[in-house]
Amino acid sequence: MHPAFSVIFLTTLIGAGQGLFLALFTVESYAAFGLLPAQASGFYAFGSLVALILLALGLFASFFHLGHPERAWRAATQWRTSWLSREVIALPAFMGAVSLYGLAHGFELNPVLASLPSGAPVHLTAVLGSLGTVLAFALFICTGMIYACLKFLREWHTPLTVINYILLGGASGFTLAAAFAAQQAPEVMPLLAGWALILTVLGFFSRSASLVRNARLKPKSTLQTAIGIKHPKIVQKSMGFMGGSFNTREFFHGKPRALLRMVKWFFLAAAFVLPLILLAAGLVQAAGGWLMLAFVVQYLGLLAERWFFFAQANHPQNLYYQSVA
Amino acid sequence: MTQLALVIDLNVCVGCHACVTNCKEWNTSGPAGPLVDLNPYGKNPTGTFFNRVQTYEVGEFPNTETVHFPKSCLHCEEPPCVPVCPTGASYKRKEDGIVLVDYDKCIGCKYCSWACPYGAREFDEHQRVMKKCTLCVDRIYDTTLTDEERRPACVRACPTSARLFGDIHDPESEVSRAIRENGGYQLMPEWGTQPANHYLPRRKTQIRLREDELERADNPLKIDRQLPKPAQAEPALDDVTSW
Repeated sequence: MHPAFSVIFLTTLIGAGQGLFLALFTVESYAAFGLLPAQASGFYAFGSLVALILLALGLFASFFHLGHPERAWRAATQWRTSWLSREVIALPAFMGAVSLYGLAHGFELNPVLASLPSGAPVHLTAVLGSLGTVLAFALFICTGMIYACLKFLREWHTPLTVINYILLGGASGFTLAAAFAAQQAPEVMPLLAGWALILTVLGFFSRSASLVRNARLKPKSTLQTAIGIKHPKIVQKSMGFMGGSFNTREFFHGKPRALLRMVKWFFLAAAFVLPLILLAAGLVQAAGGWLMLAFVVQYLGLLAERWFFFAQANHPQNLYYQSVA
Repeated sequence: MTQLALVIDLNVCVGCHACVTNCKEWNTSGPAGPLVDLNPYGKNPTGTFFNRVQTYEVGEFPNTETVHFPKSCLHCEEPPCVPVCPTGASYKRKEDGIVLVDYDKCIGCKYCSWACPYGAREFDEHQRVMKKCTLCVDRIYDTTLTDEERRPACVRACPTSARLFGDIHDPESEVSRAIRENGGYQLMPEWGTQPANHYLPRRKTQIRLREDELERADNPLKIDRQLPKPAQAEPALDDVTSW
């Protein structure tokens, strides 16, 4: 497939935004049970604002993918059948939950709604945060399923696609949260950096698993099934036009194989190995600079990872477009 | 239930592109807006088409066959492009099984084209919406036209009658009979999309004649044992006259 930068930015930015929100609510949950020192509301409010900015930037990028952005509201109508439609609903819903969560903290409107049997109070933000957590995972699943549900694109048609979206989004969000905490709340930084390390390692394993799986895929469709002629030797002589068409532009990345290989090794290094080293350095030295650098490097790595994700998918329609003449 | 479809006879198609040209002419002139051409007289002309004719060489020289392969939307009975559409712009009509795009609802996200294994959908760079074969829905239901004209433009244009049009759910229709009697098949059956359009394979056209069929055994002239003159082996008029 031809990697579209609008979709690359959409998926990486909202992934980081979702991960950052999950990280903030993780801190609040730990603090609610007294496992971490409680943080000032400003920490959560400012963090939610950063998450919201990432989500809004992702949403903004997605509009560049559309031929008619002014009709985008229509995309919410087919949620019964379309994962894309479900994502179109889940993203604003999640942004709404993050906004409410941030506002509740920012204006310190945080009444105790109930209390647990143990006596621990349940604040409004705990309810909003739980709602946001559910929506964050719903959004991850929608985003992943958009690709995983296309059975012809066999590189994507696997549960690993959804798992990768969750783990990679989570890893970049927790890395950003660790960098943010190093400035605002140093006492919670080790927890966040630790989770970022764990998620990055898990993401490395699941992404590697999908790379191994895809390398072993055998195409289900062949030129024989595509045109229905049972002969081992068929050569396309003409695709019916010479100047290219939507079919030759949208479904080919148009880059040499060597570049694809290079991008693969680059993203394995930049999205996983380097961030792990930088996170460990940041954790040991308690230095926000290392952590911020880890986020930037990991984000660049994830841009390359997403580009590779699209470029690697081989659409069966390409069987019909193998020879210009 | 009706399922309109095309049946394309690869045994007869000569790859003349008349169906491509007539399809483009009809569908670029309709009220739904033009099928845009970019750079039409330049070096790399490109544009939106509903129908393309491709050419394949089957076999190894000298035992090769050239197969011309017209390709358009197959109007699948289980269209994978329809459920993925986030706006409902892509839909399959209940009454006749035609898969259509509502150009006023399409947001141009191209997701349906990803979901089509056949590459049947093309994004129109001018109107910014997804387009595809409509089976000339604006023509086949136009009661101001004669019955002969109420068929898709590509079918009308084909000089060798390689394209048949009709209801494949009616077992007595011309298309159903052609599929049944000539081994009609679907493209990429492995995905379960059940394309409505079928293709008829290459068939060897042979005449089997026995020696006695060349000359009538019960020729009445033979009754009196007098064979016509000149005899069969003698030169005929054509062979002896120079004019």
